[in-house]
Amino acid sequence: MPTTLDQICQNRKAQVIDIQGGQGIRQRLGQMGIHPGDTITMLRYGALRGPILIEVHGSQVALGRGIASRIIVEEVE
Amino acid sequence: MRIALAGQPNCGKSTLFNTIAGYKAITSNFPGTTVKYTETKTLINGNTCICIDLPGTYSLTSGDPAELEARKHLLSGEVDVIINVVDASLLCRSLELTLQLLELEVPMILCLNMMDEAQRKGIQIDAEKLSNLLGVPVIPTIATTGKGLKELFIEVLRVREERRIGKTPKFSKDIEEIIRQLDSILNSEWPVKEKVPPRFLSIKLLENDEFFINETKRNSNAINRIRPLQEKLEQIHGAPSDEVISSERHALTMNLFEKVSTVIHPPKKDIRITIDYWVMHKFFGYLILVGVFYGFFNFIFGIGGYIEEPLMELFNKWIGGLEELFGKGSLALFLSKGVLQGIAGGIAIVLPYLVPFLIGLSILEDIGYLPRVAFLMDVFMHRIGLHGKSIIPFILGYGCSVPAVMATRILEFPQHRFIVSILTTMIPCAARITIIFGLVAFFISPNAALAIFALNILVVAIAGKILSTLYPEPGSLGLILEIPAYQLPPLQNTLKKSWYRIKEFIVIAWPLLIIGSALLALMEYGKVDLYFNRFLSPLTHLLGLPVSVGTTLIFGLLRKELSMIMLTQALGTTQVLTVMTKTQIMVFTVFVTFYIPCLATIAALWREIGKKGALLAILFTLCVAIILALATRVFFGMIL
Repeated sequence: MPTTLDQICQNRKAQVIDIQGGQGIRQRLGQMGIHPGDTITMLRYGALRGPILIEVHGSQVALGRGIASRIIVEEVE
Repeated sequence: MRIALAGQPNCGKSTLFNTIAGYKAITSNFPGTTVKYTETKTLINGNTCICIDLPGTYSLTSGDPAELEARKHLLSGEVDVIINVVDASLLCRSLELTLQLLELEVPMILCLNMMDEAQRKGIQIDAEKLSNLLGVPVIPTIATTGKGLKELFIEVLRVREERRIGKTPKFSKDIEEIIRQLDSILNSEWPVKEKVPPRFLSIKLLENDEFFINETKRNSNAINRIRPLQEKLEQIHGAPSDEVISSERHALTMNLFEKVSTVIHPPKKDIRITIDYWVMHKFFGYLILVGVFYGFFNFIFGIGGYIEEPLMELFNKWIGGLEELFGKGSLALFLSKGVLQGIAGGIAIVLPYLVPFLIGLSILEDIGYLPRVAFLMDVFMHRIGLHGKSIIPFILGYGCSVPAVMATRILEFPQHRFIVSILTTMIPCAARITIIFGLVAFFISPNAALAIFALNILVVAIAGKILSTLYPEPGSLGLILEIPAYQLPPLQNTLKKSWYRIKEFIVIAWPLLIIGSALLALMEYGKVDLYFNRFLSPLTHLLGLPVSVGTTLIFGLLRKELSMIMLTQALGTTQVLTVMTKTQIMVFTVFVTFYIPCLATIAALWREIGKKGALLAILFTLCVAIILALATRVFFGMIL
């Protein structure tokens, strides 16, 4: 069932389905290696609704919650 | 021959550059250390080459100013060979830039850097196969140890001679067809001033690249014929045309990556993951953060205080000796005393704190702690209308305001760059830190110095809130920041970097200190300083400071260190406590910490945020400094 990236539990993997937002956000995320179809591992959450830390294509990326909530994903086993 | 080093942020371009150039470019372990390019002349097999270290770019589509700078340079037509530096441990993502660089049709070499890191991750890369697929030489290297660099430069010469241009992998048929149609439109009507290859331009126009679209609109009517092609692409693929191109390119790179790399073993159990678990922990992460900076503070004060005291005594004895030598009131006495006090200020007051500070900062930068700080602080930075990335210019600000102001180029939004530029100038730089240590920590107590740092952070936060309310950024996306793996850089690199920064003080600032100190002594001899002091007396009266410190505040505008060294000169003694009360020392230090940025910083502000911005910064910091110094006077007047 599709959900948003910020809803994924720690240490679970999810596949990106869609990125909601304009060219700006798509480009920025694309540069970090996040495109529809890519698999993301959720590493940790920051305190007090701070950013999340994910792993994608072998690199670690910090994303603000606002951005994470615009990445539509599906959890994979 | 001009060689450009291009690659994604934090892949080791500057490290590679430094092995060629000696230490000339600042390196560290966070993305975006190089915001403007550095170049050096070097000899390769008897050929003089100019080597250019470009800012890191994730892609060649317009992004932040640092990325645009790199792209502009690559498109200038002056680059003979591109060395595309790639972090081999992040090959998949890095190849996206490689494909775009190939579209520039400039002779190129792929430098597979950080091979050791890739090995640790268990990734094996078939360099030969990659070279065949891309049509350019692929050389594995480890820039930190210098491994593979010799081969790299032999290949550079060969590529240059053969003018070998790589192959660009082709997109799907329907996209290639649209690119062809666009090519023919561009052939009849060249819409931009830049001399770029038609295929590159076509792709960028399909990607809706802001810069090239604007250029096209300005110079031709081609835009009306480009839009239908974008729409056609959108219709076929059911997504905006920029997304179509970027996912095509992504598919190509994934394909390439799978062809040339194999995972031979799972990543070795990495202690760095355990370290990160604690360092970025919801609770312990912050404890560690406080611990690190508290430890850092004590390290500087411990070393500095230990050295300052005996040196000061020694210089005081010598200065006392001068009086006997030249006799009271003579010109020779004034002059020699001024010079000696300038020298003493550098050796006894500034260097004991500056050296440990810069070494400590270099270590923090090189191991990669700063991006973690950005992660931890993001939530608090949001409270003041910024986001976590802005913490990096702030931390750099503790070194020197000039690179800090320049580092704001890593921020995406002009409003953020504006606000952070002004705020970083209020962060005490190394010079002001030595004042805080040398005066407050030394004469009052280390805790009083800590209080000034705490007050500073609080004031910067409040000022940030005020500025971000006045200049809101509606399009702010929030944090997107790569967190690079920890690195243990060779100690040599860290020391070289510290030396590079200390040298700046010794070569530029210290002579200024000595000259300034002598000049002030002469002014005193001729009683000219009295005019300056009288001119500033409304301010010094208001703050309850001795009238004689007026001139030091003016000298402080040249270099912040001057304020303190001049202070001892102006007061006529290094025993500051005999002529100033503790309250006065506190008020003076608070004022000097916040007031008007030094000339070099004003120039940097002018460049980055314009004349108006620089003027605003001057007025703003002056107001803040006066208010805070007054508050300090009242507060300390009550408790002391």
